[in-house]
Amino acid sequence: MAAFIALLARVWEFLARRVDGYLMVAALAIVGVGMVTLFSASDQNAARVTSQAAALGLALVLMWIVANVPSQQLLRAALPLYALGVLLLCAVAVGGTVVNGSRRWLTLGVGRFQPSELMKIALPLMLAWYFQNHESRIGVRDFLVASVLIAVPVWLIKREPDLGTALMIGASGFYVLYLAGLSWKIIVGLAASASAAAPLIWTHLHDYQKERILTFVDPARDPLGAGYHSTQASIALGSGGIVGKGWLNGTQTHLDFLPERHTDFIFAVFGEEFGLIGNAVLLILYLLLIARAFVITMNASTMFARLLSGAITLMFFTYAFVNMAMVSGLLPIVGVPLPLISFGGTALVSLFIGLGILMNVQANRKLVKT
Amino acid sequence: MRRIFAKRSRRASALEPPELKNPEREMQYFRRRMSITGVLVIVAFGGLFGRFVYLQLIEHRHYQTLAESNRIAIVPIVPNRGVITDRNGVVVAQSYSAYTLEIAPSRVKNLDAMIDELSTIIDVQPRDRKRFKRLLDESKFFESLPLRTRLTDEEVARFAVNRYRFPGVEIKARLFRQYPFGALASHLIGYIGRINERDVKRIDEWDETANYKGSDYIGKSGVELSYERELHGTTGVEQVEVDAGGRAVRTLSRTPPISGNNVRLALDIRLQQVAERAFGERRGALVALDPATGEVFAFVSKPGFDPNLFVDGIDPANWEQLNESPDKPLLNRPLRGSYPPGSTIKPFLALAALNSGKRTPTQAIFDPGYYQIAGSAHRFRDDKPGGHGSVDMARSIIVSCDTYYYTLAGETDIDDTFAFMSQLGFGRETGIDIEGELPGVLPSRAWKRERFSGKNYREEHRKWYLGDSISAGIGQGYNAFTPAQQAQAIAMIANDGVSLRPHAVKSIENVASGESREIAPEAMRSLVVKPEHLAVIKNALVGVPKEGTSAQAFIGAKYVSAGKTGTAQLFSLKQDVKYVAGHVEERLRDHAWYIAYAPADRPRIALAVLVENGGFGAQAAAPVARAVFDYFLLGLQSGTPAAPGAGPPESDDESD
Repeated sequence: MAAFIALLARVWEFLARRVDGYLMVAALAIVGVGMVTLFSASDQNAARVTSQAAALGLALVLMWIVANVPSQQLLRAALPLYALGVLLLCAVAVGGTVVNGSRRWLTLGVGRFQPSELMKIALPLMLAWYFQNHESRIGVRDFLVASVLIAVPVWLIKREPDLGTALMIGASGFYVLYLAGLSWKIIVGLAASASAAAPLIWTHLHDYQKERILTFVDPARDPLGAGYHSTQASIALGSGGIVGKGWLNGTQTHLDFLPERHTDFIFAVFGEEFGLIGNAVLLILYLLLIARAFVITMNASTMFARLLSGAITLMFFTYAFVNMAMVSGLLPIVGVPLPLISFGGTALVSLFIGLGILMNVQANRKLVKT
Repeated sequence: MRRIFAKRSRRASALEPPELKNPEREMQYFRRRMSITGVLVIVAFGGLFGRFVYLQLIEHRHYQTLAESNRIAIVPIVPNRGVITDRNGVVVAQSYSAYTLEIAPSRVKNLDAMIDELSTIIDVQPRDRKRFKRLLDESKFFESLPLRTRLTDEEVARFAVNRYRFPGVEIKARLFRQYPFGALASHLIGYIGRINERDVKRIDEWDETANYKGSDYIGKSGVELSYERELHGTTGVEQVEVDAGGRAVRTLSRTPPISGNNVRLALDIRLQQVAERAFGERRGALVALDPATGEVFAFVSKPGFDPNLFVDGIDPANWEQLNESPDKPLLNRPLRGSYPPGSTIKPFLALAALNSGKRTPTQAIFDPGYYQIAGSAHRFRDDKPGGHGSVDMARSIIVSCDTYYYTLAGETDIDDTFAFMSQLGFGRETGIDIEGELPGVLPSRAWKRERFSGKNYREEHRKWYLGDSISAGIGQGYNAFTPAQQAQAIAMIANDGVSLRPHAVKSIENVASGESREIAPEAMRSLVVKPEHLAVIKNALVGVPKEGTSAQAFIGAKYVSAGKTGTAQLFSLKQDVKYVAGHVEERLRDHAWYIAYAPADRPRIALAVLVENGGFGAQAAAPVARAVFDYFLLGLQSGTPAAPGAGPPESDDESD
C-alpha cells in the first residue's frame, strides 16, 4: 500500500513538476465556469459539454508536453511553425472550406481545422525568436522585418474574411514589438496614421463589418437587424441584475433571444444567470490568471521567453476584454471568443498550449531572484 | 532538476551574442513596459466592471422590463360573437370555427412564389389570390391575412407536414359568421366584414380599442352593425411565454373571453319568407310593424344579397356584380329608397284638412275629371276620365279621387301641410335601430328655398308656386318618402295617433346568465287630432279593400283590414297623352304602393309595400300585403308568388 502511495506520489511529481499550480487552478476554474455555462447555453445538452471536455483533455496533454519540452525546442520550432502556418493560410485561401460565407477552415481527414488558430501561437513565437536572434542590435530594420512577418498572416486572415481574428493576431504581433522596445515615437506615429487611414479602411470593409460598426455607434438603428445581437446581449446582462436569474433560468438564453450563445456570446448567458456577482467573480478569475502570467513574464530568463510569455499574457487579457466588452456593448461586435469559456475545441487547445508555454517559461525562470 | 535547467540555461545564453550591453537595464526597461500594460489591464477590467454595474445594477429595471416584454406576449382571445335569431328563436346569423390558411406578408419575401408553392399542396384558386391581393392593399396594419378559408381536414394535415417550407404561413382556427338564410332579410340582419380604417376610428370613439385586440371582424350593416357592441363580447387575455421565433412556449395566465350577447329579432323569419316570396322577381320594399310596440315583423328589400359573400372579404367579381347591377341589390330600400308616395298621401292630407277645419267629413265636391287653377289653361287630370261625380271625404279615399285633393291643395298653404305631415314622421328619420336611414323629402317653402339655393338656380326656381302645392296634394311633386316612413305613418294611424320607434331587435340575451333584456317600446310622437276625425279616416281606409281600389286583392279575406293604394309617377306625361304601361320602358313605369293595417278594429300589424315599377298600386302592391296579412293573422301560406310584372291597369291614367 505504502509502495503504491509512493508510486502515486512519484507519478504526481512527474506530472506536476513543470506545471504551474496558480495558472492551472485559475485556468481550470475558468474552464469549469465555462462548462457550467455551456450546459445551460446548450439547453442542457450534455453532448456539447462532453465534446468540450474531450477537447480539454487533449488541451491538457498538449499543455503538459509544451510545458515539459526543453525551451530550446520552443526556440527551434518557431520558424517551422510560422512557415507552416503561413502555408496553411495560403492553402485555406486556395482550397479552404466555406462556412457562413467565410473561407476559414481546412478540411483534413479527421475534421475541420482553422489555421488561424495555429497562427495565434506561431506568430508571437516567430517574432520572439527573431528578436532573440537580433537581441544585440535591434534596430529599425528589425522592426520593419517584424512588421512584414506580422502583416503576411494578418492579411491572409483578414481576406478570409475574419476581421476579428486578424485584428487579434495583429495585436499579438504588436505586443511583441512593443515589449521588444518599439520606440514610442513609432507607436504614436502608427496610431496617428491608423486614425488618418480610417476612412480608407472604412471603404475596404465588408458591408456586414460596416454595419456592425454603425450598429455599435447606434444600436437602435436597426434593433431587429444588425443591432439585434448587441441589444439582446445587453438585455440579457442587464436583466440578470445583481444575483442573476439562476443557473438554467435565463429567459433570454432559453427562449432563443441570444445569438451565438455557445460561442461568442456565452458571456451574456453567464451574466444573465449569475448576475453582477458572477461577473465580478469571473473578472477576478481572469485577473488572477493574468496576474500570475505577469509574474511569470517578469521573471522570464531570456528575451525570447519574456517576449513570448508577455505576448501570450496580453493576448489572454485582450481576448477576455474584447469579448466581454463586445457582449456588454462597449465595443462593436467582432468575432472573438471568450477564452477558456466559449465552446470550441481548437481555441481551447491553442489557449492551453499558450498556458503550457507560460509554464515552460516559469520552469526556466531566472534563479538569481530571491 | 534545477541543475538541468541551469545547464540548459547556460547553453542558451551561450548562443546569445557576446556584445550584450546591459541586461539589467534592458530588464528594467522591459518591466516598465510590462507595468504599463499591467495598469492598462486594471483600467480595462475596471471599465468592464463599471459597465456591468451600469447594466446590472443601475439600469437593471429597464433591462428587466425589456427582457419581460421579449418573453411575454399578451395574446387576445377573441370572444364568440352572439347569435342572431328571429323572434321565434330560429337562428339567422351564427358563428362557427374553421381553419384558415394565413400569411404574414411582412415575413415573406416573395409572396407570389410562396403562393405558387402553396398551391401545390393546397387548392388556391385565382379568386383566392385576387381576394388576398385586395386584402393586402386594404389592410396594411394586419399581421396576417387569410389566403384560403375553410380548409378541409386533409388540407390541414398536408400543410402541417410541409409547414417547415413556408415560414410566415400558418393555419389558424378562426370563427366565421354564417347566415343560414342567405339573402333573406339580408338588409335587416346585415353582415360582418374585416375591420377597416373607418371601423378602427369608430372603435376608438367607443373607447373599445383594447377590447378589439385580435378581432378581425366587425358588423358592417344592419343589426350586425347597430348591435355590434352587444354581439361582440369581451375579449379575453392570455399571457404566454414566447421564444425569439414568436412561438408560444407556455401559458402564464389566462382571462377567458366573455361571449357576446345573443340578439333576438322582432322579425318573424317565416313571415319574411312569405313576404319575399310574394314579391317574386320584382324589386321593392316592405316594412311590417307592430303598431303598438314598433317591433319590425318583416323587412324586405328586393333584390337582396347573400351576406355570406362578405364575411371573408368579397371577391371582386361578386362585388362588381352586386355593386353595378341596375337592380341595386345593395340598396337598403326600406330606409334609403325615397319614392313619391302617390295616392297613399291622401288619407294623411284628409286628416290634416279635418284637423285644420278646411273640410268636414260630409262636405262634397263635384269631380268633372280634371282640376283647373283659375286663369290657367292647364288641366290637372283625374284618374277617371269622366270624373267621380260627387265625392265626399270617405269616398275621396276609397276611390282615390284626385280632383278632391287638387281642390284641397289649392286651398291649403304648403307650410301648414308640412307642419301636420311632419308630425306623422315624414321628412324625418323613423329612428329605427338600423344605421344609414335617410329622411326623404317633405316639401315646404323653406325646403324649396334651401334646395335650390345653389348658384345655378334663380329666384324663380326657389319660389313656391301654387302648382307645386297641387302636385304635392296628390303625393307627387317634391314629396319623397321611404317605405319605413310610410309604415311608421300608417302604424301611427292604426295606433290612434301614437307612433313608436321601430325596432328590429326584440330582446338581448346574455349567454352566460341566460338573462334577457327586452327592448322597451318607445313612443316618439302623438298626433294632436280629435278621435272622431281619426275615426273618419280609419273608416275610409277600411273601405278601400272592401269596396275601393284594393278590393280585388282582398276578395274573400277572413279579416277586416284597412289600406290605401298609391301609384307613384316616374314619368311625366305630356298634356292629353295617355299613360299605357306597355308603352313605357319597364324601369320608367310607375311605382306601386300599398299601406295598410289589420285587423281594422284592433290592429296587430301595419305595413307599407312598395313595388318598384310595379305599375298600378292596387294590382302590384296590395296582393303582397294580402299575403303577409293572411300569413300573419291566419297562418295561411299562399302557394304561388304574386304575378311578376304588372299588366296594364284598368284605369290608365296617372292616378289610381
